[in-house]
Amino acid sequence: MAGKDSVREENHSVGAEQLVVLKGGSGKPLLVLHEELGYPSWMKWNETLSERRTILTPLYPGFGRTPRAEWISNIRDLGSFLARFIREQGLAPIDVIGFSLGGWLAAEMAAGDPNLFSKMVLVAPAGIRPPEGDIMDMFTVPALVYLRESVRDAGSVTEYAKLYDGGVSEAQYEAFEDARAETARLAWQPYMFNPSLPHLLEGTVKSPTLLVWGRDDRVVPISAAAIFQKSIKGARLLTLDQCGHRPEVEKSDQFIKEVQSFLG
Amino acid sequence: MHLMWFTERQYHYDPEEEPGRSDLLEKQILRNRSFFGLPNQNFDAETGSMLLNQYIDEKVYSEDLGFDGLMLNEHHGTPFCLGSVMDVEAAVLARATKRAKIVLLGNPVPTVANALRLAEELAMIDLLSKGRLVPGWVRGAGSEQLANNANPALNREYFEEGVDFIIKAWTTPGPFRYEGKHFHFRFVNPWVLPLQKPHPPIWIPGLVSPDTVIWCAKKRFPYIALATQLEPTVELWNLYTDQAAREGYQAGPENFGYLQPIFVGDNQARAEELGKRFLYGGAFAHFARPEWMFPPGYNSKEATRRLARLAAGANLPGKPITDVIGQESDEEIEALRQGVYATYAKTRDQLQMIAGTPDYVIPRIRKVLEVLRPGIFSFWLDGPVGAKDRMRCLELLGKEVMPAVRAMGKELGLVDPFQRKPGSVPLAAGRTAERVAHAESLAASVG
Repeated sequence: MAGKDSVREENHSVGAEQLVVLKGGSGKPLLVLHEELGYPSWMKWNETLSERRTILTPLYPGFGRTPRAEWISNIRDLGSFLARFIREQGLAPIDVIGFSLGGWLAAEMAAGDPNLFSKMVLVAPAGIRPPEGDIMDMFTVPALVYLRESVRDAGSVTEYAKLYDGGVSEAQYEAFEDARAETARLAWQPYMFNPSLPHLLEGTVKSPTLLVWGRDDRVVPISAAAIFQKSIKGARLLTLDQCGHRPEVEKSDQFIKEVQSFLG
Repeated sequence: MHLMWFTERQYHYDPEEEPGRSDLLEKQILRNRSFFGLPNQNFDAETGSMLLNQYIDEKVYSEDLGFDGLMLNEHHGTPFCLGSVMDVEAAVLARATKRAKIVLLGNPVPTVANALRLAEELAMIDLLSKGRLVPGWVRGAGSEQLANNANPALNREYFEEGVDFIIKAWTTPGPFRYEGKHFHFRFVNPWVLPLQKPHPPIWIPGLVSPDTVIWCAKKRFPYIALATQLEPTVELWNLYTDQAAREGYQAGPENFGYLQPIFVGDNQARAEELGKRFLYGGAFAHFARPEWMFPPGYNSKEATRRLARLAAGANLPGKPITDVIGQESDEEIEALRQGVYATYAKTRDQLQMIAGTPDYVIPRIRKVLEVLRPGIFSFWLDGPVGAKDRMRCLELLGKEVMPAVRAMGKELGLVDPFQRKPGSVPLAAGRTAERVAHAESLAASVG
């Protein structure tokens, strides 16, 4: 089993910019696009999937480890930057899992280049304005409150304390602030969605897609799932009961089983 | 020396006339741990109208008393300050007064989406006041970014570009096109331009952010410290002076200003009681909750690192105080209030509030002047105090305190920016700059 210690940090150059990529496990590459608070740590689902897959997690510019790229000012800029990395590494088409902002990023990348991804797993993705409810504003609450609100019931989630290594160290405080600042540069307004995304996805994306959503998601309302399904033909929606915005830790066994089965 | 009068124009009820409402409002602010974000259903328009007019009357009276400057500021979404569009008040004062400078410290440039509109507003105020405008700029508190939906991660970029653009709009013959990073104007040709040439003098207020101090020194803008602790203020003055030397000039009192919380009354005990009300609702400590004071990207990396070290402390961003808000008992809120007022002795001893009779306040102001040696000095009164006591405070300041302070200014050589242009004293390369502040006076006893 590929534990946390097996994760290696690679430094890549993409044009004039740098990109730090975490690499763990072995087998066919799997791209993981992290959420808006940054890279949350190597969890049980990473360990299990990495038995058969090499998990590549790029740490986005400005989110701490990778220096900021001055010209990246919106989610599409970031997506195009990462797409260049994938092409230059000869990784396309690659399977992808994107979480929250990372799910939005995956969708933007797929809309921009339909040949980039072979299969997509979008976990409670931001990016589309929910027809009912608003995406929770991370900028008016402390990072730790946002983190807590991302699960249905923090007390009952076994892996909660492992997220962001507990979230309370000085270093993690700085990392959260880096992530929040860069997310503000990318997604301040409109907040966490792009009005053109449903139109750009429609008729473009052919990759088999699995949408995973907790029924009690307080961050991205599940009402957005219907728009994703309408925009990505054939996308399957897996809804999880008694689950918030983090199915991968709140319902990790079911998440692992479904994702393994989908990715094959 | 340039002497000014300032108040935040707080929304309050007179504790003598309406003790119940005053008490309730304070408890609501304490419960909210923040002036910012208090639900506006608590705003009574009759009271707001009365207060705004009262504050204008005070400004007019302060000119009659001989103050040189009428200082205004701006905050949004908060009972801390009723001046949510300060330029409106400045326009009223432009016509209601005749002599005093109208000093705006400052317009929150990053929160104004249209910097050209701001240039036009200020030009109109300068014309209406017949050249009495002193515009200043601020980044705006973190909470202003939320209240105006201005991206805090771009705050400093907006600030620096916005200020440069406004000066350009005032001084570059139009029409011209402007393509900046954040501001884009295809047709810059404001017809209404300021009376003062090449443009009105610019002063910058702040809370000792090193980045802003260095920026001011580079631009030769006077820096006005807003009631900051004396010791760090001295350090920042030194930072300014050293940067000025690198720019080739000797900084002097004309480059510095200081805002001093004060309350003056006829009776020492009563004046202290009223001065203590400066701490109402938690005062500046409860200006806004930490997560609103420091929205994402608002702070520099260095400032974030400093906060990270404090993050384990109470009431700081790492610790979500939102958990307790709305859950506390009346007793807990009362204890919080007592805790706030218990800090008064320290506030007084550090000269962060000087309250008393003229005889009491004058030597203490002297101490501040001896340490900081500012050419600009502003008196600041706030907290829920009735109109009569406020007016008496102003009167005593004008008739008894101000003449004494003017004499001190003369004696200490505290020239202001109108007596000597900031940045106009050359300093030859390689020569060591003289420090403006006197840190050694910090230890001296008052009187």
